[in-house]
Amino acid sequence: MSAEQTLTEPADAAPSSGKTLLEVNGLTKHFPVMGGFPFKRQVGAVQAVDGVTFNVQEGESLGLVGESGCGKSTTGRLLTRLLEPTGGSVKYLGQDITHATRKELAPIRSEIQMIFQDPYSSLNPRHTVGTIIAGPMEINNINPAGGRAARVKELLEIVGLSPEHYNRFPHEFSGGQRQRIGVARALALNPKLIIADEPVSALDVSIQAQVVNLLQGLQRDLGIAFVFIAHDLSIVRHFSQRVAVMYLGKIVEIAERDALYTRPRHPYTHALLSAAPDADPDNMSVERIRLTGDVPSPLNPPSGCRFRTRCWKAQEKCATEEPPLLQIGGNDPGHLTACHFPEDGDAAGKRSATVPAARTTED
Amino acid sequence: MSTLTKSEAVPAPQAGDAFLSVRDLRVRFRTEDGIVNAVNNLTFDIERGKTLGIVGESGSGKSVSNLAVMGLHNPKNTTVEGSIQLEGKELLGASQRELEKLRGNTMAMIFQDALAALSPYYTIGRQIAEPFMKHTGASKKEARERAIEMLRRVGIPQPQTRVDDFPHQFSGGMRQRAMIAMALVCDPKLLIADEPTTALDVTVQAQIVDLLKELQQEFGTSIIFITHDLGVIREIADDVLVMYAGRAVERGTMREVLKASQHPYGWGLLSSIPRINASVDVPLEPIPGTPPSLLNPPTGCAFHPRCAYRELVDGDKCVTERPPLELANGHLSACHLTAAQKQSILTEQILPRLSS
Repeated sequence: MSAEQTLTEPADAAPSSGKTLLEVNGLTKHFPVMGGFPFKRQVGAVQAVDGVTFNVQEGESLGLVGESGCGKSTTGRLLTRLLEPTGGSVKYLGQDITHATRKELAPIRSEIQMIFQDPYSSLNPRHTVGTIIAGPMEINNINPAGGRAARVKELLEIVGLSPEHYNRFPHEFSGGQRQRIGVARALALNPKLIIADEPVSALDVSIQAQVVNLLQGLQRDLGIAFVFIAHDLSIVRHFSQRVAVMYLGKIVEIAERDALYTRPRHPYTHALLSAAPDADPDNMSVERIRLTGDVPSPLNPPSGCRFRTRCWKAQEKCATEEPPLLQIGGNDPGHLTACHFPEDGDAAGKRSATVPAARTTED
Repeated sequence: MSTLTKSEAVPAPQAGDAFLSVRDLRVRFRTEDGIVNAVNNLTFDIERGKTLGIVGESGSGKSVSNLAVMGLHNPKNTTVEGSIQLEGKELLGASQRELEKLRGNTMAMIFQDALAALSPYYTIGRQIAEPFMKHTGASKKEARERAIEMLRRVGIPQPQTRVDDFPHQFSGGMRQRAMIAMALVCDPKLLIADEPTTALDVTVQAQIVDLLKELQQEFGTSIIFITHDLGVIREIADDVLVMYAGRAVERGTMREVLKASQHPYGWGLLSSIPRINASVDVPLEPIPGTPPSLLNPPTGCAFHPRCAYRELVDGDKCVTERPPLELANGHLSACHLTAAQKQSILTEQILPRLSS
């Protein structure tokens, strides 16, 4: 796999303000595609995540952004070991949990929790709110002082629900409230790391801000580290100190928030930023970059740089050689970019708005 | 101002220039739990070649009102009252046969979920050709040519081969393009786009918005664009209608609504969305509470349980009396605050927060 040679670079030189909580190195997940008759054989693989390397510090929030199908949710599930990685390693506080057994994982599971995207399908409709939130404590056989019920009521208050909701069922709540129940469940075991997989994208605009503020408060007050997965760039910017941009299973750029949003070096980051709609009619400063076509299939990703089929800067080299994720010239430490021909880092892009039609993804 | 009546302040319709005019539209559903007043006293006009953006949360009645325009409600459990006029022709009460002549021909609709809206059983080409054959009486061969032409128009590569593909062979963005091709195949004069970009990625969303703008310039289509994304509204809309709990709470040009909103709900929406260039240290200002149930909407102003400026209105007017949609500081808004109060809240509290 080409991932090995390109990602040997120590991918994280971020200013570490604490212990490294999670170390992810060359993480890979290929989903086999079976075919053939009458005996099913593997005929290919969806390369959902392909050699992803990053660190999460204690108490920090790392944003994972990308379009649908870029592997950001799969990454989240690999980190929580809901999926078994195909390759690479995940280390939690120095302990390798890449292929840990259920038994070995049990104590760690309580420290890494997850918040899911869809608040309608992630809560059991037959259980009361109390049962749902107490579930993790029951499974891990934790008996907090004062009893589980008291702890659940406390958690309900932390997430902004009334303790009287203890005996209600999920269907009695609105989407935003359900998401709060999901947050309370994630908090039940005092986790050190929460993987939030698109926690607000299923919610109404006026409710999104409520949940974002809630999560931000938790991060600040309880010192929980977050891996915040989202496709909305402005919400990620609001929530995360560091942001990684993914494209077709690979991290193309990772940097501190300000560096990434003001001086994106990867053309894809730049295009993504310029495509994000802004509600201010007077903000004409950002020149639009229009990407053509769709994200290629991860079944058969383009050779070399995976973005080259939609990139306006692509040259011969991009097809043959995969760009490593490096700190390129002019970047701050910790700002890593995987591109042969990086941008000059001017987000206000003075390039003309029309981009030469990129190759369509027929091959 | 004199034309504004107290009941539902509506500027007198100037004859001729409104292409679609909706007056006092009411849509009610009978459900097992009671009657849902999905849309109440909704009034708007749209001119030829213009885009009206309708913003609102889920359940605010934005989709329901446009399904009523298309005549797509189930008459068994739905009552639609008021008046919907397309080029001076009344659509409410028109026979199914007449509506069928208009649907897909004069007016067309793009739905949010293209995979659900396209039939998995027929090829893309056949689905695009069908309305064309029905409305123009074209032969199969002509219709196929037309379908290929439309696919090329909306930017699908190799339309000659893709025309025989099935919806599942298309990606999300391409399906949405195919839907647009299907909607535009008869050169409709009115296009209703119901959250056409919500399910798409930002880069594809930008492509679709650009495509709609281009096609609008080319064909002079009027577009009703329903969304909850104020960023997209800014991109495409000329006029904006903000809906809350089945009513219009604000109506004005895009610039007026996004830059000089006159309604607490509009302020709330603007302050609750994170901006890509705003300071990250300022926490978002969410609108407290949740959208109301239309089975049992709040009395008076439907927004009052969530409104931060209720104390500024004398007495309990917000609870007892529904504010009419009237002209205040340049455009229509439905709020009991006086024009001077709104202006001072806007300039002193809202705008500084947005530009910080």
